[in-house]
This record gives sequence, C-alpha cells and structure tokens, in this order.
Amino acid sequence: MRDYISGALLISGATLAMCAAIGLVRLPDLFARMHAATKPQTLGLLLILAGAAIRLDSVAATAMIVVAASLQLLTSPVASHMVGRAAYRARFIPADRLVVDELSDDLDAGEGPPGCQR
Amino acid sequence: MSTVGIICAVMLGVTGILCIIRIVRGPSMLDRTVAADVLMAATAGAFGIEAAIHRSTTTLPILVVLALVGFLGSVSIARFAPQTDEGDQR
Repeated sequence: MRDYISGALLISGATLAMCAAIGLVRLPDLFARMHAATKPQTLGLLLILAGAAIRLDSVAATAMIVVAASLQLLTSPVASHMVGRAAYRARFIPADRLVVDELSDDLDAGEGPPGCQR
Repeated sequence: MSTVGIICAVMLGVTGILCIIRIVRGPSMLDRTVAADVLMAATAGAFGIEAAIHRSTTTLPILVVLALVGFLGSVSIARFAPQTDEGDQR
C-alpha cells in the first residue's frame, strides 16, 4: 500500500516536470515560461520528495529530505523573483505583451535612487 | 516499483531534452537561466526517484547541494545579465 502511494507521488512529480518542459518550449515569452517553470521547482520536487520519504521510511532519510525540501522552498522563489525583476528592468518583455503594467507607471512617477538602473 | 521507475525515467528524459532545446534556442540569457533551473529541478527529482526506487539514502545529500548551487547560479546570472547593452541581450 505504501508503495502504491509512493509510486503515485513519484509519477505525478515527474509529470509536473514534463509539463513544465513542454511549457518552456511552447510558451511565447519569458514571463509565461517562468510561470511554467516554477511548477517542478516547488510542487513537483515536493511530491517526489514526499514519495521518497514514504518509501524510504527512516527518520534519518526523512530529516535529510526535509532539509532539501525546505532549502528548495526558500531558494527557488528568490531566484525566480530575481530573474523576473531583471527581465522587467532590462525591458526584455515588450510593453504591448503585458495586460496590466502598474509597475511601469510607478517607476515613471518616482525618480529612484541615484545610479538606479531602469 | 520498476514500472514506476521506467515511467519516471522516460518523463524526466523528455524534460531534459526539451529544456536543452530551450537553452539552445534562447533567445535571451534569462530564458536560458529559467530553462537551466527547470533542468536542475528535474535532476534533483531524478535523484529523489532513484533514492526511492533503490531504497538507498546515499544520493540524498546531492539534493541539498543541487538546491544551493542552482540558486546561486541563477541569482548571479539575473544580477549581472541586464548590465549589457540594450541591443546585445544574449
């Protein structure tokens, strides 16, 4: 019974990774690709690690898995934020592709600190 | 459990190929960074699946290392990528 639960979790995590890769190839611009890319980084990896923890069934392995999962949960949003911020500030995304763009108005209204790169 | 292993290996293999396609095509450096992040997540998932199927705990520390290295790589690329010229976005 545990093996069935673990196998289902492993397969669903791998499915999320494959969906993200298909989205990476097919979606049109960087923000849409980032939307696809965050699925295996958090939920997909958590499903796989939960499946591994259920199957391994030991305290030491579960502790290591919890460390890996919490590191991944802490680091991947920060990395995605940095990538999105850099893309927006460097105008990698054409303005006509964005439906709502409130940040651009705020950036135009404020001066920003000296030396701040738009 | 070996059937699960085969299914997951096929899915993660397709993931790796598609990520490498996006890394090759670009068009910008940040697209490549995002694709490399997904490739890193798929690699971490592959190590997790290997640990689950073989019931071995030797590959689990690699998961921690992969999370840290992938984070440092993508943050440093995102920090220094846009300082190139406007026309040169590769």
